[in-house]
Amino acid sequence: MEPVFDSKAAPKEAVVRPMVPEIFRVEKYRKETHDTYTLELKSASGTGEHRFKAGQFNMLYKFGVGEAAISISGDPSLPNPLIHTIRTVGSVTKAMSKLKVGDTIGVRGPFGSCWPVQEAVGNDVVIIAGGIGLAPLRPVIYQVLAERRKYGKVFLFYGTRTPDDLLYRGELEKWRARFDMEVLVTVDRASSDWHGNVGVVTTLLKKLVLDSDNTVAMICGPEIMMRFVAMDLIKKEMTLDRIYVSMERNMKCGIGLCGHCQYGPTFICKDGPVYTYDQVIELLARREI
Amino acid sequence: METLEPILAAHPFFTGMSPELLKLLVGCASNVKYDAGDFISREGQDASEFFIIRQGKVALELFSPTHGPITVETLEDGEVMGWSWLLPPYRSHFDARAVVLTRAIRFDGKCLRGKLEEDHHLGYEMLKRFVKIIVERLSATRLQLLDIYGTRV
Repeated sequence: MEPVFDSKAAPKEAVVRPMVPEIFRVEKYRKETHDTYTLELKSASGTGEHRFKAGQFNMLYKFGVGEAAISISGDPSLPNPLIHTIRTVGSVTKAMSKLKVGDTIGVRGPFGSCWPVQEAVGNDVVIIAGGIGLAPLRPVIYQVLAERRKYGKVFLFYGTRTPDDLLYRGELEKWRARFDMEVLVTVDRASSDWHGNVGVVTTLLKKLVLDSDNTVAMICGPEIMMRFVAMDLIKKEMTLDRIYVSMERNMKCGIGLCGHCQYGPTFICKDGPVYTYDQVIELLARREI
Repeated sequence: METLEPILAAHPFFTGMSPELLKLLVGCASNVKYDAGDFISREGQDASEFFIIRQGKVALELFSPTHGPITVETLEDGEVMGWSWLLPPYRSHFDARAVVLTRAIRFDGKCLRGKLEEDHHLGYEMLKRFVKIIVERLSATRLQLLDIYGTRV
């Protein structure tokens, strides 16, 4: 039987034992902001490398509390240690925030579709992130910069609530200092000691001049933000199949069996989280989904 | 001597405006420069002008006795600042402060209002441009109000 839904994002490789968590140990714990932290994890058994593609996620299991789907935010060419940046939003991520170096955690994955990093070769790349949405896009930035000459212009637009909520400040400064990448940051509100931009992330796109036939856009952030950003890119004549978004729903099994993350005819854990905008534009407009 | 006409014609706000109409506006315009930290306008004061920013960055601020100055928006090259000059009581709603050295073209609001009243074609052209900006900023403000990076949306 033909699949009902054919994900246009790059193909996924099946995980060998998708329902069995592997034990990992916390190698490093770094607080990023008041509610966000980064874990660097290494396999407790020391077996193999856990290769992943930019945009994929793992199910992280805090023993005795529960599992949460967390995107991988490290460099795909350096999958060991496994890096996850996590925002405290519920009981599981709150419990994970209390992990210490040496503690263990269960990992299943990687799952899901990925950003079109290879498909974007030869094109301009526009990366637009909001809040914690920079974490799933950081692997894209690593990959594009590692092979910078293969791409046209590269833009990173990043918006957060306040200056204190900015992720990866050190890296943002390094990226901003490069001559081959344009980095614009904005915050929703700030005190007068902030000399950067204030305004929602869409305000950064006003001056963006696109070669719409040769540009690939990757957007990750709150769903409302992604809709507004996509609308602005469409106004700039980008076609829907060149705009990619990363969707988020309550994911449980990670392999499209349990149905928790059903999104129209798709399962976000299996067919997403990365979709082309033409795959989701109708679904985004439906309140029932 | 070089007039401000070519500068206005090159600014995104005036894209598509005919040279005849631009000529009418030039008489109300002057070049201005603000150093970092200078206040361009203050909340509650007469809003007798608007600016097109040529270079630099301007913060729109509100002052709270408990939080100090809060920046609600920043404006940069190619953008327009100020529309309180259009409608009575012609009072500024925010403090506007140059964040960095800022060069702009200042339009005298009273002079401009007179010309827009006299020439409704010019008035309509200007109003269309302002309405577009107001709609864009209203939309952005609505998003800001939603606090989309918070946990409740």
